[in-house]
Amino acid sequence: MKKTTTSTPYLFGLDSFGDLATDSHSKLMSHAASIRLVIDEAVLADKLGVDIIALGEHHREEFAISSPEMVLSAIASKTKNIKLASGVTVLSSDDPVRVYERFATLDAVSGGRAQVILGRGSFTESFPLFGYDLRDYEELFEEKVELFSKLLTEKPITWEGTHTQSLDKADIFPKTESGRLATYVGVGGSPNSVVRAAAYDFPLVLAIIGGSPDRFAPYVDLYKRAAEQFDHTPHPVGMHSPGFIADTDEQAIELAFPLFKEAMDKVGESRGWQPMTKQHFMNEVKGGSMYVGSPETVAKKIAKSMKAVGAERFDLVYGFGPMKASDRYRMIELYGKEVIPRVRELLAGE
Amino acid sequence: MVAVKTIGILGAGKLGITLAQLARKAGYKVYVAGSGDPEKIALSVQVLAPGAHAVRSKDAARISDIVVLAMPLGKYRKIPVDTLEGKLVVDAMNHWWEVDGPRDDLLSSDMSSSEAMQEFLPNSRVVKALNHMGYHDLHDEARPATMPGRKAIAVAGDVQADIDTVSQIINALGFDPLYIGVLSTGRALEPGHPAFGADENKTALLQLVSR
Repeated sequence: MKKTTTSTPYLFGLDSFGDLATDSHSKLMSHAASIRLVIDEAVLADKLGVDIIALGEHHREEFAISSPEMVLSAIASKTKNIKLASGVTVLSSDDPVRVYERFATLDAVSGGRAQVILGRGSFTESFPLFGYDLRDYEELFEEKVELFSKLLTEKPITWEGTHTQSLDKADIFPKTESGRLATYVGVGGSPNSVVRAAAYDFPLVLAIIGGSPDRFAPYVDLYKRAAEQFDHTPHPVGMHSPGFIADTDEQAIELAFPLFKEAMDKVGESRGWQPMTKQHFMNEVKGGSMYVGSPETVAKKIAKSMKAVGAERFDLVYGFGPMKASDRYRMIELYGKEVIPRVRELLAGE
Repeated sequence: MVAVKTIGILGAGKLGITLAQLARKAGYKVYVAGSGDPEKIALSVQVLAPGAHAVRSKDAARISDIVVLAMPLGKYRKIPVDTLEGKLVVDAMNHWWEVDGPRDDLLSSDMSSSEAMQEFLPNSRVVKALNHMGYHDLHDEARPATMPGRKAIAVAGDVQADIDTVSQIINALGFDPLYIGVLSTGRALEPGHPAFGADENKTALLQLVSR
C-alpha cells in the first residue's frame, strides 16, 4: 500500500449509538438522560481535541438515539471544533431530500461541521417503522444514494423515482456555505458497497466490528482501484471499531467484558448466534477488532490497525452496553488526552 | 467421489468472496457469479480474490465441478436450476431475517433451509456445509492440517461419495471436516442452534452439534 508522508492529517473520532448508560447506583438511565449524557460527552470530546463525534441511528430499546442530527444540533451549539457526523444514517428507509435538508441545516447551525455517513445499516427496524419493504433492501439504497448524490450538487434537479419521489427542477434548501455537504458511505464489508462508494466519489468508512482488521486492506485497495476506474481521486479511508479504555488492561477487560457480552448477546438473540464467550472476547481484544485496554495498549492497537488497513481516520465506538456514565467519561478523557496523541506519535514514527 | 478442480460460487458478497479467496489459495480454479452482469463484480473479484473469474451464474454452474451457494437465501429462486442438474451443490446459505425477511415467507417451517434447497434443485445433490462459521472467522482461521489449533466445518448430506468430496474440499480450504449426518441433521447448524456461528475445533463443534 502506498503511504503518504508523516504530514498525513490523521483524524480520530468517537462514535455512539446512544446506548443506555447506568448511573452511579448502577441503575439504567432513561433514554432522555442517555441522550443528554452523549451531549455532555461530546462537549468533553471537543475540549480534548477529538476530531469527530459520530452518532448512529437505531430504533431499538437499548439505544437512545434514533434522530442523530437532533442530538448533533444540540452538540453544535455547545462546541467549537468537533465535526458532527451521523454513523450511519440509514438512507434506505429515509427520504434523501429530508436527509439532505436536515444535515444542511446542521451544517448551518454548526458553521460547516456536519458530516453525513450514509449506510444500509445492520439493523432493519427502520423498514417497517417507516413503511418500507425489506424485500427492496438493495434497490432502496441504490436508488436513494443516487438521488442523494444529485442533491449534493445543490443545483435544481429533475428526477424520476421508483422508490422515491419524482422531482421537476426542484431546488432544495438550505444551501451550504461550502457548496457541498461532507458525505461518506459506511460499509460493513460488502464488496459491492465499496465499489458503489467509489462510483459516487464518496469517501469510505469501514465498519470493522469483528475479526482481524488487516483483512480489510484489500477493500481499501478495491476502493482505490474502483475510484481510478471511475476517474475519481480516491479519498482517504476511515475505519470504525468498538473499544473501551481504562487505566490498566486488567481493569478495562474486567469492566468491558460483561457489558460487551450483554450488548452482543442482545443482538445475537434475534439473529440466532450464541452468547459471547470470554475466549471469543479475548480473541477480539488480542488480534481482532475490539480495542480494549490501557491507553498504551489501545493506542498501539489502533496505530497497528490503521497501518494494516491503510486508514487515515479512526472512529472508536464507545459506551458499548449498559456502561457506567463515569466509566464512559473516564474513557473519553483517556482517549483524548493519551490515546490520540500516542497514536499520532506512533504513526509519525514510521 | 468427484475429483474437483473447479469450484463455482454463486454469490459475490462477504461470504462468496471469502470462499473464493480460500479456494484460490487452495489451488482450485474459481468462478464467482453475482446477480446478473459479471462486469458489476469483476473488479471486486479481481482485487479481493485474485485469480478467480467473474462470470454469470449459469456459466459458473456449467463450468464448475462443484457449486457453492453463497448468496442471500432470499434470492434462491434465481439459482439456475437446469444448469445445476446432475451437479453436487454445497449450500452455505442461512436464513438471515435482516436480509431475507420472515422465514415463513420463504421456506416451510418443518425443514432445514438446505432440505428446501434440495427440493428446489430436485436433480442436483445438495450437501450442507460452510454455513455455520462467520465469514471473518473463515478468513482468519483457515490453516494447513499441519498447523495446530485447526478449526472444524460441519458437513451434512445424504450420499457418502458427495460427503467425501465436500470433506476433501473443506480440508483443502484449511479446516477439519466434521460429518454430522444426513441432510436433515443440518438443521443443527442453522441460526438459533448452538453450532451456529461456531468457530471451534472438531471436538468442541461435535459437542455443540449434539447439544
